[in-house]
Amino acid sequence: MRYLPHTPDDIAAMLRVTGAGDLDDLFSTIPLNCRRKKDLNLPEPLTEWELKAHMNALSEAMAVAPDYQVYMGAGSYEHFIPETVPCLIGRSEFVTAYTPYQPEISQGTLQAIYEYQTLTARLLGMEAANASIYDGASALAEALLMAARITRRKKVALSRLIHPMYRRVVRTYLEPGGHEIVELPYLEDGRTDLSLLDAIDDLAAVAVQSPNFFGCIEDLKTAATRIHGQGGLMIAAFTEPLAYGILKNPGDQGADIACGEGQSLGIPQAFGGPALGMFASRMKYVRSMPGRLVGKTLDREGRKGFVLTLATREQHIRREKATSNICTNNTLCALAAAVYMASLGGTGIHKLAAMNRDKAEYLKKALKEAGFSVCFEAPTFNEFVVKFPAGFEKTYLRLMDQKIVAGLALAPYYPELSEHYLLCVTETKTRQDLDALVKEVSK
Amino acid sequence: MKTSSGTTGLILNEPLLWEKGQKGRCAFSFPEDDVDSSPLDPELASGGPDFPDLGEVDVVRHYTRLSQWNFGVDTGMYPLGSCTMKYNPKINEKMAGLKGLAGAHPLLAGHLSQGALKMMFELEGLLTEITGMDAATLQPAAGAHGELTGMLVIHAYHQSRGSARTKIIVPDTAHGTNPASAALCGYQPVSVASSEQGILSPEAIAAVMDEDTAGIMVTNPNTLGLFEENIRQIAGIVHEKGGQVYCDGANMNAVMGIVSMGAMGVDVLHLNLHKTFSTPHGCGGPGSGPVCVREHLARFLPVPRVIEKNGVYALSEDCPESIGKLHAFYGNFGVMVKAYSYIRTMGADGLKKASQLAVLNANYIKERLKDVFHLPYDRPCMHECVFSDKIQSAGKITTLDMAKRLMDYGFHPPTIYFPLVVHGALMIEPTETESKENIDLFIEALKSIAREAEENPELLRQAPHKPKVTRLDEVAAARKPQLAG
Repeated sequence: MRYLPHTPDDIAAMLRVTGAGDLDDLFSTIPLNCRRKKDLNLPEPLTEWELKAHMNALSEAMAVAPDYQVYMGAGSYEHFIPETVPCLIGRSEFVTAYTPYQPEISQGTLQAIYEYQTLTARLLGMEAANASIYDGASALAEALLMAARITRRKKVALSRLIHPMYRRVVRTYLEPGGHEIVELPYLEDGRTDLSLLDAIDDLAAVAVQSPNFFGCIEDLKTAATRIHGQGGLMIAAFTEPLAYGILKNPGDQGADIACGEGQSLGIPQAFGGPALGMFASRMKYVRSMPGRLVGKTLDREGRKGFVLTLATREQHIRREKATSNICTNNTLCALAAAVYMASLGGTGIHKLAAMNRDKAEYLKKALKEAGFSVCFEAPTFNEFVVKFPAGFEKTYLRLMDQKIVAGLALAPYYPELSEHYLLCVTETKTRQDLDALVKEVSK
Repeated sequence: MKTSSGTTGLILNEPLLWEKGQKGRCAFSFPEDDVDSSPLDPELASGGPDFPDLGEVDVVRHYTRLSQWNFGVDTGMYPLGSCTMKYNPKINEKMAGLKGLAGAHPLLAGHLSQGALKMMFELEGLLTEITGMDAATLQPAAGAHGELTGMLVIHAYHQSRGSARTKIIVPDTAHGTNPASAALCGYQPVSVASSEQGILSPEAIAAVMDEDTAGIMVTNPNTLGLFEENIRQIAGIVHEKGGQVYCDGANMNAVMGIVSMGAMGVDVLHLNLHKTFSTPHGCGGPGSGPVCVREHLARFLPVPRVIEKNGVYALSEDCPESIGKLHAFYGNFGVMVKAYSYIRTMGADGLKKASQLAVLNANYIKERLKDVFHLPYDRPCMHECVFSDKIQSAGKITTLDMAKRLMDYGFHPPTIYFPLVVHGALMIEPTETESKENIDLFIEALKSIAREAEENPELLRQAPHKPKVTRLDEVAAARKPQLAG
């Protein structure tokens, strides 16, 4: 086995030092009733070349670009990823290091994460960001738990236009601890109905996603004003952070915590993971924040350097009183997002975000002109909802055979929205692609 | 220092990202702008974030230089106890990057995603076989996420029997994530001390196990690197009172092909694919923390479950008693691909051999260093061994000093000051992928450090001497946190 360097002579020499007669003797402390009765029943080992062939076959049984045109977003976005991103984060010194517990030989990770925290804070208009959470859904759950700790309240309100799967993850995290979850319905224009907020007492937080699951841009400012009026925190969630290349950021609109999914920022879709839970808050709440934080400091000779800091919030020190149980997070994905944000720069991210919006608006307009109904009037970023005529499912399946995935059917998530589809357009689609799509759905 | 592989070479300083670049540069290749502009209402719009504008060469040099300040498994031996820093095969990275796997949308229809579903279905089967359990979920994104999942499964199990238990037994040697995960389910951890042999005694468990206790969280092999020899008896005590046995499988690398977790009496087990199954640690993640359970708990696993019927794979939500979802989609799929590739490459004999050699390496280190460092539990160990600083602390040298000095010799330090039950612990996990000659160099380095501790203690107190920076002021960092520039 090429990963195991021991020769028979090595093994014999080492066994002599340990006093064990053979390799089996090393396990003498394991009682017989804990041992396997039979050898492992696994497939025969593959050579490197057989493995490649096997995995290629699996890969080819998937529908991906450029063979397929996929117009689905809904929390996972197809964007162009510069070759520099996988190339730089693929360097062994990043890939094969662990959490930077020994800062003197981890300054690369630490500076990179400090920079990621900074770029994230700037993107979201916040003062502090952590080194990452698993994904957008767990980031939201952690944000709600954090708000509950800060306010010492147990009730939270969630917009129904937060990604349906995020809301399910929130239930899994919050319900066993006795938290109460209230859902806010949506208005006809595709935004959250915030009027109910005033009628609910004792809220730890309200969470609103913008752009929301229908792609609509929410009024975070009003949500913030209302929740602050009753002493709760405003949590701004997101699934498509690229939108903040052209949108007012959550911090400017009064959010206390901003959290969401960062996959859009240079991370492959990878069937949903690994992704990146982005998490940022106001500085005054940082000691209640979950996850790792990197801070700037000096070494003994007065040179600038970085360390993991505020560890007294964490599980390895506080154990059951920690702000979260998180230990391993998604740092390499955070690094990918940092390289991506650095590659775009301020000028580039604005331009790319505008391009996403323009292309989506182009398709929206063309579908309207073709006679389809764009149901929600609120402005959108790169996703929007279309109502197709009854029986569209047949067309949808025909298009799949033509290697086009014409959006995501909303009915499984919102039973009241039959024939409604959520479409996403990014910079990966050309005007020609969009014209062809309109022609095909109109057939 | 003649045996040292630590040296110094030319590495370059590099400023912070925003101290570089020029307005108007960009390292992104823009597609053609082929549609009309649709500006947003100014009420909603902004000019975008304050990011530096950098060219492609700026970006490439920046991250290349940063990477050179890091130490990884590919740089050298990384014996970080409890973290299983084994070699991460390059081919597995390549497999996870295959277009169809890396580029797939998670909500693709079943018939468009058979490759991914088949791989997940098979990986669940491989993991249940390796652990001797009955069913698995791949959804948890890391070990602690797996612990939370496992605790929720146990919580749901008790609830289904109409019993609301409030406590959980956690040994004093447990990882900090254990009590933190249990607390998320509303369980109060009850700490139990390990015996003089470094393992749990049945009597200690019997004394605290009652019908208000949901079960026990046990790490086996434990964090002292010792096998919990009384586990069957302990499981019997817990089961008798209606409790469940949760095993933290962080240390599964010691016992593949040797132990059956099912036979051991374990009801729920989490694995760390980034430890045992060689997926890289990526500066702290992404990991993956699958959870394996016995048959009676399968109905509580997270949804969706991957199912197979006549060779066709699908995702099923038809699990009314499931604890729900833990991840927006299905977990860290890309990490699963790497673990799957590893298991398919190693096969049954390869995995067993890996565990045998991991245990051989640890016992070899233990035997060769126990005259130099105090060994609090002098018994055969599993995949790691734990020393204390008792001998060196007499000369006012700490574990931290010795750990820092190891860097000068070209090694990543072991885990230090954990487990908490050993004063000044040095927890060494060499893994099976280190050769005898690397391990001999590591042993010589530690012996040399022990000599230096006596002859020139100041050398250790000022260590490390060779890395880019020396010891950093962590107190100042925490007192006045500077978390963004």
